[in-house]
Amino acid sequence: MAPILAVNNLTKTYGRLVAVNDVSFAIQAGSCFGLLGPNGAGKTTTLEVIENILPPTSGDILYKGHPRAATFKNEVGIQFQQTSLLAMLTVWETLQVFKALYEHTENLDNLVKQCQLQEFKHQRHENLSGGQRQRFLLALALVNRPQLLFLDEPSTGLDPQARRNLWDIVNAIKASGKTIILTTHYMEEAQHLCDEVAIMDHGRIIARGAPEAMIRKHCEGVTVVLPRRSFRQPLETLPLNLQEINGAVHIQTSNIDDCLKQLLSCQVDLSDMSVHSPNLEHVFLNLTGRQLRD
Amino acid sequence: MRIKRIWIMFKARNWEFFRDRASFGWNFLFPFLLVAGFGILFGGKEPTAYKIGVFPQPTNGVAVASLELPDAFKKTRFLQFVGFASQTEAMQKLRHHKVDIVIRTGPPPYHYWINDSAPNGHLVEKIFQASLAGQVDSSLVQRGRIHSAEIRYIDWLFPGILAMNMMFSALWGVGYIVVRYRKNGALRRLKATPLTAFEYLSAQMLSRLFLLMFTLVVVWFGCDLVFHFHVEGSLGNIFLLFFLGSLSLTSMGLVLAARGTSEEFTTGTLNFISWPMMFLSEVWFSLEGAPEWIKHVAQAFPLTHLLTGIRRIMNDGAGLVDVLPEITVLLLMTGTFLGLGASLFSWDR
Repeated sequence: MAPILAVNNLTKTYGRLVAVNDVSFAIQAGSCFGLLGPNGAGKTTTLEVIENILPPTSGDILYKGHPRAATFKNEVGIQFQQTSLLAMLTVWETLQVFKALYEHTENLDNLVKQCQLQEFKHQRHENLSGGQRQRFLLALALVNRPQLLFLDEPSTGLDPQARRNLWDIVNAIKASGKTIILTTHYMEEAQHLCDEVAIMDHGRIIARGAPEAMIRKHCEGVTVVLPRRSFRQPLETLPLNLQEINGAVHIQTSNIDDCLKQLLSCQVDLSDMSVHSPNLEHVFLNLTGRQLRD
Repeated sequence: MRIKRIWIMFKARNWEFFRDRASFGWNFLFPFLLVAGFGILFGGKEPTAYKIGVFPQPTNGVAVASLELPDAFKKTRFLQFVGFASQTEAMQKLRHHKVDIVIRTGPPPYHYWINDSAPNGHLVEKIFQASLAGQVDSSLVQRGRIHSAEIRYIDWLFPGILAMNMMFSALWGVGYIVVRYRKNGALRRLKATPLTAFEYLSAQMLSRLFLLMFTLVVVWFGCDLVFHFHVEGSLGNIFLLFFLGSLSLTSMGLVLAARGTSEEFTTGTLNFISWPMMFLSEVWFSLEGAPEWIKHVAQAFPLTHLLTGIRRIMNDGAGLVDVLPEITVLLLMTGTFLGLGASLFSWDR
């Protein structure tokens, strides 16, 4: 089946700065695709070029097998990472304004219910809390019944409860058959929502695949984490696969028993030890030597 | 182009304006306070020196020494001589109490005219007659009289204040607001929708036109209740010209709104344009005796043509045909500004 969106050798530069460097990927209809990476990796720029907000420096973007036509804006929904709206309007009025800009639109009552905005629909949008505002921006992105939905860092700045709440809504949207492309620097979000992720760093895609498959491919066993102060000796003298990040020592091992024995034999203090299953954060760490939020 | 999209953006902008109560109230209060202030300060009278209209003269500015008039008269203090090319032009100014006396220059007999209903005219006549004593035969003086009601300063000033309010509202209400929306990303959000730049700008313009005309009507009739303005021409023609003026000024605002994300820079640009326009377009005072080059500069401003046209209708009783030059210039300026604004417009830069 032809992908709903194909990005081929996309590059975007600002003078000498290469924000997006020869990026290619394709997305199947009905899937949720995540662009994962630290701040400044080029995720938002990639997304905005695909959305037709920014022009590409080079490369092709094909929507349903063809270059994006004038109708593209009618068929996609966009939630920006940071945006402002027309001032002094209520949630309901803003939805009405956006509804009037499109040809095929969603029933606003359904949309308000879907995004859990019933209680706030007659409030001015400037007065919404962070979580309410993100759900409202999501509703605006859905107002035209889009086939393809762009979500740029949808849960940034939300508390854990609000984030979970938003994920539930996004999962429901996904279940309705829409294709979603989202950017995030929360590996947990990517793992929870995405069928496929591409990890970006310095404008390039450095790894791509299903989250579980990527973890299996790039990480083995578990990660043991200890504070640096637990070690008396220089780390390079230890016969372990370890990395020091922000004052913590990360040890990856496929055999935790052997790892613990070696640590004990080296007289490492294990009182502050924690053990983690690998996740996309570790994939990024293994690929770049840095944490996602460095 | 879809009318539905223009209509909803028009409504959204109006909602914003009417709900911003401070800004909304100020739009009405500001012109009313100015008119009331000047009405109280000047009591409807124009505080000027005696103005002597002389013709035929090539320019408004005259070399007094070279005028063929009695020396004693030319040397009298507190007289300001203003030249006119023709008698018709000079008599029109006399009729509107813009000058106190009109004198044809040249060798005697001197021919002069005064306005019977202007007290200053009678005083200047006495000064003129006194200056003739012993120099020329007073029988060689021919005296003419006309009679027309005085145009109070407030009658002259009122359209100026309304037009000035219109200018500020058009330039800031479009120029500043669009730049603010560009800076905070609201335009970027709209760019992601099928809304076209033409539709968006049309809605902004129509909304501002509606608000300007609404404000104008309310302020006009509100002030008229207090000051009972004297209108020679058709009120309908006045409002038509105000409409064309607001069209032109709003289009000018669109040019300023076309680019930029800095509110500070836009504020500076708006001040740079609006302040000279306010002073040189005869909002507060006539440029009658100003240097020619200043008058030429003033022609570049739509406000000048708007006010010239409106005052001709309101004070001189001119019809639409009489103000056709002003209408033409306003329409040409509107077309130019719109073309420029549309071609330069950017959603995010």
